[in-house]
Amino acid sequence: MIEISDSPIDTAELQRSLINPAAGGYCAFEGWVRNENEGHVVERLEYEAYKPLAITEGEKVLAEARAKFPYLDARCVHRAGLLEIGECAVWIGVASAHRDEAFKACRYIIDEIKVRLPIWKKEHYANGDSGWVNCERCAQHGIAD
Amino acid sequence: MKTIKVCYFAMFREHAGVAEETLTLEAATAHDVFEQTRLRHGSDEPNGHCKVAINDHMADWDTPVNDGDTVLLFPPVAGG
Repeated sequence: MIEISDSPIDTAELQRSLINPAAGGYCAFEGWVRNENEGHVVERLEYEAYKPLAITEGEKVLAEARAKFPYLDARCVHRAGLLEIGECAVWIGVASAHRDEAFKACRYIIDEIKVRLPIWKKEHYANGDSGWVNCERCAQHGIAD
Repeated sequence: MKTIKVCYFAMFREHAGVAEETLTLEAATAHDVFEQTRLRHGSDEPNGHCKVAINDHMADWDTPVNDGDTVLLFPPVAGG
């Protein structure tokens, strides 16, 4: 299940929601707002999401991860709106019978979410400027997807 | 001519100055719509880093557009 949230992510509650007696492993990834990017001092981040398609595409990513690395349950929450340094911008949790699937599915989900979901990040800098961040992998490869 | 509703997001919305507009265009594909909005708003973003959706479904640049479609233009994404 994927959610785009306008309010802070309750990671403890999300972790509890994945508790499963058949799970022998649980892996979570949290993406945090960092105070620097490419030499610029970042004061806060602003995420814009087109929710209808972010949800649809996110559910596809979770289904792909499950097909590749069969897990018991997974959840993902991505923030929208204005975030301060240190806040959790994205949370992914995977519970599986064994640790390998949990680690691999978690990695797959975050990597795909970053390049596929219609979500944009605007950095607000200490000098008063701001700028939209482009997709790193797309820029490196010069490709659309 | 086709009547197409175009929706802009993030930097595209800021370039266009509007979140959406309805245009009457000679356009066969999503790429044609993109090129015409680029000229209209003076954007120099190549479409190679961008994505497009038609009527809330992800599409390719060569997907045909029809009269009454809503075309969503997504600049390079940056989630996470």
